[in-house]
Amino acid sequence: MTSQTAPSLTENVAPVAAGAHVTGLAWLKGTAAFALADGGVLLAKDGETHRVEAHPDSGILVAVGDGERLLTGGDDGRVAVTGQDGSTKTLAETKGAWIDSLAVHPGGAFAYATGKRVIARDDKGKEKTLEVPSTARGLTFAPKGYRLAIAHYNGATLWFPNIEGKPESLEWKGSHLDITWSPDGRFIVTSMQENALHGWRLIPDKGHMRMSGYPSKTRSLSWSADGKWLATSGAEAAIIWPFESKEGPTGKAPRECGVRPAKVSSVSFHPNVYVLAVGYEDGCILLIRMNDASELLVRPSVKDSGITALAWDKPGKRLAFGCADGQAGILTLPT
Amino acid sequence: MSDKIPVTVLTGYLGAGKTTLLNRILTEPHGKRYAVIVNEFGEIGIDNELVVGADEEVFEMNNGCICCTVRGDLIRILDGLMKRKGKFDAIIVETTGLADPAPVAQTFFMDQDVSDAARLDAVVTVADAKWLSERLKDAPEAKSQIAFADVIILNKIDLVSEKELEEVEARIRAINPYAKLHRTTNCALPISEVLERNAFDLERIIELEPDFLEEGHHHHHDEDMQSLSVQIDGEVDPEKFMPWISNLTQVEGPNILRCKGIVAFPNEPKRFVFQGVHMILDGDVQDDWKPGQKRNSKVVFIGRDLNEKAIREGFLATAA
Repeated sequence: MTSQTAPSLTENVAPVAAGAHVTGLAWLKGTAAFALADGGVLLAKDGETHRVEAHPDSGILVAVGDGERLLTGGDDGRVAVTGQDGSTKTLAETKGAWIDSLAVHPGGAFAYATGKRVIARDDKGKEKTLEVPSTARGLTFAPKGYRLAIAHYNGATLWFPNIEGKPESLEWKGSHLDITWSPDGRFIVTSMQENALHGWRLIPDKGHMRMSGYPSKTRSLSWSADGKWLATSGAEAAIIWPFESKEGPTGKAPRECGVRPAKVSSVSFHPNVYVLAVGYEDGCILLIRMNDASELLVRPSVKDSGITALAWDKPGKRLAFGCADGQAGILTLPT
Repeated sequence: MSDKIPVTVLTGYLGAGKTTLLNRILTEPHGKRYAVIVNEFGEIGIDNELVVGADEEVFEMNNGCICCTVRGDLIRILDGLMKRKGKFDAIIVETTGLADPAPVAQTFFMDQDVSDAARLDAVVTVADAKWLSERLKDAPEAKSQIAFADVIILNKIDLVSEKELEEVEARIRAINPYAKLHRTTNCALPISEVLERNAFDLERIIELEPDFLEEGHHHHHDEDMQSLSVQIDGEVDPEKFMPWISNLTQVEGPNILRCKGIVAFPNEPKRFVFQGVHMILDGDVQDDWKPGQKRNSKVVFIGRDLNEKAIREGFLATAA
C-alpha cells in the first residue's frame, strides 16, 4: 500500500497556521503548544489559537513538555516556561549562549545545558551543576528517580544531581546527539553523527548495542508505551527496533514500516496501542498499525513543508504536527 | 545557482585583522544580512542579532579515517540557524588564530545535513604583513591557514617596506601559489573580493594556472609545506586516473591540504573537474572543452611533506 492508496484521515485534520518553523510541540492537557523558530509559542485549543512571545526577538531551539507546562530553550540564552493559560516567564538565563538541550522531569524538575555545563534544578528549586567532557547534547531524565542522562562526544554520562559522588560514564567513540531512556529504565540509546544509534544495556551487563544502516542521522526517537519497541527516523521508512528481550535489539532485525521515497523526519508512538505516527521530510504523515502494517494517510506530501514535530495527546485521541514552513495541524481520530 | 546558504570561513593569526575585516563586511551598505559565528563575543563593533558563539570542538568521525575531523559545534549551530532561514542571506564563520581550517571546511562535505543546507564559499585568510614571516617559522597553524586559503588578505602593508612586502609575498607563494592575494591596509578592499567567491564550486574551477607564474616554474618550496602542479599535454585514461587519485588521497590524505584538477578523458566532450580537502574528493564532468582549446590535463596539490617524485610519476603514468 502506498500513501496514494492509503485510506485517508485528511478530512479529520484541522489546520493550524503556526507562522514559523515548528521546532517542537507538546500537549498541555487539552491544548497543543507549538514552539516556533521565531520565538513564539502558539497555543491551539478547540479551533482557537493564541500566540505567546516566549522568546521575544529570538528563536526557540528546543521545547519539552511535562503535560502541563511547555519549557523552551532559545538562542537568547533563556529557558522559558509557558502554561496553557498563556502565561510565560523566565526559568533560567545564561549569558548569550544558546540553549538547545533541555529535559523535564515529571516531578517538576528540569535540566538544561550550556556548553559543557549541565544545570539541573529540582522541584524545590535546588540547582546543581555538572561539567561533562565536551559540549552536552541530548538530555533525558530516567523514567524513575531524579537521574539525568547526558549525551556528548565519546559517550554519555548518567548523573544523580542530588547525590554526591562520581557520575557514571558510558563510553563509545564518536559524537552522540540525542539520548533516550527506555520506559523500563533498562536501556539508554543515543543517536550519533555517523548515521547510527548506539545503545547501552544498563541491566544486567552494561553491554553495547549497535544499530546502524541509516542513510542519514536519526533525530527523532519514540518508545512504544510498553517499552518493547523503539521507533526511529533517518531512513525512507520508520525503523522500529525490538527491545522486548533483555539483550535488546542485538542480533535482531528491525521492523521497517511506511516505506516511501522520502526520509522519515519524525516519529511518535500512540500512548496506548501499537500505532505509530510517521512524519516525512516531504510533508507526508502516515499512521501505521504495527500488527498488520496497515496505513492511514493523515497528510499528503506538501512541498517545502517537511514534518518537524509530532505529538499525541495523553488519551491518544488527537495528534498534533508541525512543519518546517510554519504550517501545522491537529488530527482528531474518528470515534 | 543553488539556494544553499553560502558560508565564508575567515581565518588568520591573532592580531592580523580578522575583526577589522569582519566589521567592514558587516557595516558596508550591501543590503545583505549575515549570521556570524564567532569565538569570542564582544569584539564585533555593531549589533547583529545573529551573532553566535562557537566552541571550536573538533570531532573525529568514527569511520577509521584519522584526518576526517569535523567541527561538532558548527554542525549544531548550523542546524539551529537553518530553522531561521530567511533571517540571513549568508554565514560567516570566524575561527580563532590557532585553528586549523581543515575541520571547518570538511564539515561542509562530511555532514549531510550541513551540505544539504549550506555550501562552503571560500576560505579567506587575513595575514599580518609585518609578522607573518615570523609566524610561518614558529606557528604551524599560520602555515595551514595560508596553505588552505582561497583568498589571502595581506594586511598592514603600511607597516613594512616594499622589499619586506615582496619577501613575505614570496613566502606566501611558496606555500600557496593559487590563492587570490590582496595587499591592504585596515583590510580595505571591495567586499566582493571576499564574499561570493564560489571557490569550492566545481563549475568555477576554470583556470588552475596561477597568473603570476612564469612558464617553467611548476613548484615552489617552503621547508615542509609545498605546492605542486603536474601537467600532461593531452588526455588521461580514466581507468588509470580515477584509481590513482582516489588511492593517493586515501593514502596521502593527511598530508594533502587541498587539491584541484582539470583533466581530459578520451571521447569525453566535457572536462572532468575535481577538488578535495584531505581525503575528501569531489569531482564531476563540467562544461565542454572549447573549440580550439588544448585538451590538456593538470592537477595541483598543496600539502605537507608531499612526495613530489611519486605524485609526478604517478600522474604521468595515467596518460591515455
